[in-house]
Amino acid sequence: MRHLILGAGPAGVTAAETLRRADRDTTITLLEGEGEVPYARMALPYLLAGRIDETGLRLRTDADHFRRLGIDLRHGRAIKVDAAARTVTLADGATLPYDRLLVATGSRPTLQRIPGIDLPGVHTCWTLADARALLARARPGTRVVQMGAGFVGCIIIQGLVHLGVDLTVLVRSGRMVSRMMDPPSSALIRRWCQAQGVTVRVDTLPERITQGDGHLDVHLPGGERLPADLYLCLVGVKPNVELLAGTGVRIEGGIQVDDTMATGVDGIYAAGDVAEHVDVVTGARLVNAIQPNAVDQGRIAALNMAGRSAASRGTFPFNILDTLGLKSSSFGAWQGVEGGEAVEVTDPARYRYLKLQFKDDRLVGANAVGLTEHIGALRGLIEGKVPLGPWKARLQANPSLLMEAWLACKLKA
Amino acid sequence: MQKSLKIDPNKCTGCLQCEMACATKHHGTFTISRSRIKVFSFEAEGRKVPYTCTQCDEAWCLHACPVEAIRKDARTGAKYVKDDLCVGCKVCTIACPFGTVNYVAATGKVQKCDLCGGDQPACAQACPTGAITYVDADWTGLDRMRQWAGKTDTNPAAV
Repeated sequence: MRHLILGAGPAGVTAAETLRRADRDTTITLLEGEGEVPYARMALPYLLAGRIDETGLRLRTDADHFRRLGIDLRHGRAIKVDAAARTVTLADGATLPYDRLLVATGSRPTLQRIPGIDLPGVHTCWTLADARALLARARPGTRVVQMGAGFVGCIIIQGLVHLGVDLTVLVRSGRMVSRMMDPPSSALIRRWCQAQGVTVRVDTLPERITQGDGHLDVHLPGGERLPADLYLCLVGVKPNVELLAGTGVRIEGGIQVDDTMATGVDGIYAAGDVAEHVDVVTGARLVNAIQPNAVDQGRIAALNMAGRSAASRGTFPFNILDTLGLKSSSFGAWQGVEGGEAVEVTDPARYRYLKLQFKDDRLVGANAVGLTEHIGALRGLIEGKVPLGPWKARLQANPSLLMEAWLACKLKA
Repeated sequence: MQKSLKIDPNKCTGCLQCEMACATKHHGTFTISRSRIKVFSFEAEGRKVPYTCTQCDEAWCLHACPVEAIRKDARTGAKYVKDDLCVGCKVCTIACPFGTVNYVAATGKVQKCDLCGGDQPACAQACPTGAITYVDADWTGLDRMRQWAGKTDTNPAAV
């Protein structure tokens, strides 16, 4: 049995290891697409912030890890899957055969479609190569205009500030991290950034970028021009699915997978940021682009590829963000659900906020700012669909009793 | 047989010796906010429940770590944090559904119970009533949680 895994992020690496544990003799090829040692994209912000060097990015610290497990780690970019012939073509023309294929190709940044987006000095920050380029260019006083304040945009601010750049953050919508945090918590994050000396401008979308005299000019609607040494485009990502054209694999927001991570096309599975599965809380289909989900889906896909049975009960969206030291988190249906109720407590002066979303007798979502103690209890309560009983009223009166509620409800069962 | 912490909330008086012992052992300070074990108060029921990581088999924290900073101690079964590798991303703190991995602002790293490396854990040593003991055990994480928490509610009307 020849197993081929495309992508050496957390989903691909976990899948390769799981396959080896499940089958000592099978052939496992792990294709890494960036010419790097498999690394954690998630750790790149800490490289920018000077907290780790490149070795600290490694998904597996043992340099010999893959060889010892008999996993053939190859470098190359897959460009085409032929589902009938069961082969994958690489950018260099090589062809790899497979019996079972895992597509764990992740995603790549989207670029704004505006004039000048191809000028030198326009960067993104997604790969290790991007981070190296930023580190080489960003100096104290470098004028950086950053377009985008989603999760990636917010988490790299610390690194940019650490590098001493003069930073202006532009936000297309009215809010930072609008896909993760509700309006009050988002407003706290914005106010925090501004209090730390970072300019944040909302409802701002550049029309074009031109080459000025030794710098870029970022043109805003209304005629205003922002001079920039670097323009950082962080407006979102899209899944790497083009290689599946013509295979019959169904793609919407991501590759459609069932509970076993199978695509429905014989022998082809998908996992991680490229895959779309079901939200365990809401039942909606969701690309859940977070590390724990990638690992979980990679493991489930691999067990099924190896002929074992494993099924996902659905994916749980949750995330934690550190914006210049301010911690914010979101869990489950943080926007609330139809017919639900919410309770919130806030202490704006101390940048603290907690909002809980209920549906009937259960917690279905939450947003928190400035809360880190026992925060995992929110996952336990929400993903576990724990009936709250008398604790619902107690949480509505005092939302901070999360851990007590968790202990009392879950443990009596 | 690996050993694990066994907690009997019925014996806990809420004296917080365990929290002080843990903070002292790992941070050299009596500051109980630094403790990896925490005593929760259920005022209405007049109960105290000590609680920390159960070293569960699922090891959500370990699998959530992007850089292998959380490892399993083969001898004790404890999942422990390698401070030199932890980047402080905090994903483990939300991945642990028991809420027992916490971020320490002072260090910029996360911390969790590591069973004190397998010596007699400091909390168990410090507990004057036998509410926390370190015993042979072969339970799953959830069984352990249930074992520990016992009944937090003694008021039947509240159920």
